[in-house]
Amino acid sequence: MGILADKNTRVVVQGITGNEGLFHSQRMLEYGTQVVGGVRPGKGGEWVLDGKVPVFDSVKVAVDATGADCSMIIVPLAAAADAMLEAADAGVRLIVCLTEGIPLQDMMRVRAYLDSKGVLLIGPNCPGLLTPGQTKIGFIPGDNAIPGNIGVVSRSGTLTYEVLYALKQVGMGSSTTVGIGGDPVKGLNFIDILQMFEEDPLTDKVVMIGEIGGSDEEKAAEYISKHMTKPVVGFIAGRAAPPGKRMGHAGAIVEGSAGGAEDKIAALTKAGVRVADYPEQIPDMLK
Amino acid sequence: MKLHEFDSKKIFAQYGVPVPKGKIAKTPKEAGEIAKKLGGAVVVKAQVLVGGRGKAGGVKVVKTAKQAQDAAKQILGMDIKGLPVRKVLIDPAIGIASEIYLGITNDRAARQPVMIASAAGGVDIEEVAATNPEKIIRVHVNPLLGLQDYNIRDLAVGIELDRNHWAAFHTICKGLWEAYKNSDATLAEINPLVITKDNELLAIDGKMLIDDNAIFRQPKLAKLRDMDEETPAETQARKSGLTYIQLDGEIGCMVNGAGLAMATMDIIKLFGGEPANFLDIGGGANAEKVAAALRIILQDKNVKAVLFNIFGGITRGDEVAKGILAALKTIKTDVPMVVRLAGTNAAEGRALLADANMITAETLAEAAQKAVQAAKGR
Repeated sequence: MGILADKNTRVVVQGITGNEGLFHSQRMLEYGTQVVGGVRPGKGGEWVLDGKVPVFDSVKVAVDATGADCSMIIVPLAAAADAMLEAADAGVRLIVCLTEGIPLQDMMRVRAYLDSKGVLLIGPNCPGLLTPGQTKIGFIPGDNAIPGNIGVVSRSGTLTYEVLYALKQVGMGSSTTVGIGGDPVKGLNFIDILQMFEEDPLTDKVVMIGEIGGSDEEKAAEYISKHMTKPVVGFIAGRAAPPGKRMGHAGAIVEGSAGGAEDKIAALTKAGVRVADYPEQIPDMLK
Repeated sequence: MKLHEFDSKKIFAQYGVPVPKGKIAKTPKEAGEIAKKLGGAVVVKAQVLVGGRGKAGGVKVVKTAKQAQDAAKQILGMDIKGLPVRKVLIDPAIGIASEIYLGITNDRAARQPVMIASAAGGVDIEEVAATNPEKIIRVHVNPLLGLQDYNIRDLAVGIELDRNHWAAFHTICKGLWEAYKNSDATLAEINPLVITKDNELLAIDGKMLIDDNAIFRQPKLAKLRDMDEETPAETQARKSGLTYIQLDGEIGCMVNGAGLAMATMDIIKLFGGEPANFLDIGGGANAEKVAAALRIILQDKNVKAVLFNIFGGITRGDEVAKGILAALKTIKTDVPMVVRLAGTNAAEGRALLADANMITAETLAEAAQKAVQAAKGR
């Protein structure tokens, strides 16, 4: 199975009745994901997606009725923090939050609460996760990836697709791909995922895509040099980015002397990670 | 979003933080009148959203209303680090005994707010952190509990604050915390918090950064945005739902996704070019948005080539192609354009662009090299 989810993972989608919710839930069903229910307060009792998926008023009711162990959140941003807290209280094991633009102070409170409950979070502001051939929870395009032995973890959505596509061109595939999201405060981070890949018998090599802002890549480098036996290939986006400007992602900003790309590349290189100049070099570096 | 000193101090004051009784002037005459009302010596301070105003000559202490008017005249004509000074703050001059730094920001790694104090106030805190790290006291605040009284005592003891000031310091810390929390700030800073010669605590400079993600629920703060903080093109982009940052290179970029947009800038540089901008059209962009983006890129007269790098996921290649064609109908340009479409509906997109006299590329590396070449050929 993948490190976080496989074909048996049972998913409820919070926000399933919205345009985006319906569109991506449909794609997930087509991919083989067990979308066992949806949540939309006020629309409990309805069915969506050709009558295949029941809608519930709350996550608690949905989990009780379907035995779901994972919730995917694709709700408007003003409802997202509440949605994560609700999912945690409803007893799911894993929350994948795709919603972008959640205020930072909300995220600090949500993460503190989720930690107290022992619930895992991926995201927010992320494309979700993909276990090729088994399940996708989120919107990583499934047809860009084939099953394989490479674990991929990334702060950027489109760069993830770029890497999976480049791997597929040369017949390489992924064990699990996780988009951890571009926000400064989030759920699972590089270190958490790297540890899972290190312990995962189906993962032999790892690709790690970072970007400017914060110090998560430096911390990952320290972890890699101390604890990882599997080879890691990296890429850091934002070498050409000016300091003090937020480069699209809320977390992608060089602040003062902290968060620059060169420091991250140096830390990773020192930890034995081979760092690519651009994403298309990655497949060759994995050979 | 950055707030000006006077707006920050006004917010702090609402939460019980003592600040000087100054006022804003937009003309030298107003400055003179305010100084006259305040009486005595005043300080005239440029209101611009960059650091280092003092060093640039944007802060002057003067003794009379006439001098205040003259100083304001001089400062109001200045450009500080490229930003025009449109307003000055006239504050009463304060006799300072000592200066403290006090601020709250977000510790990303700890995923908690952190309150920072230092007895070495009045200078850039990053400098203090580099030269005298032991002079900086940090206290993390549990985001679910908020600032606790013992947190404040830890700071007061840490900076060896005279016990006579503890009560006032407590009020100021509580006020700063409430201001930070209720304004969705990512930084709320008093530097310096002075101990006056009259032995009182007073916040004589203030700074706030507001979380851009929270502006939607801070309508009052949203109105305080200073348009000088971004270029007109950046404002236009923000209103079109695009993330655009102007740079000074010659290759315009249009990309979907922030990470890929950064990587595109990087690869342009790697192959010897300079990016003219960062532009993320976002997920699922339609033709209209793409056209708006192209117009914004081409407004920049430094642009000698444009590189489109679209990796379709939620964004569809044919929609992007339609947007490019629609924009080109309304803009006359001979700037060469390099297009790389991959992913969802890329083939359909490429077919639409086949007759548009554009340079196409299969890979990111090829696209970047062709864009650099095209820009150099002009």
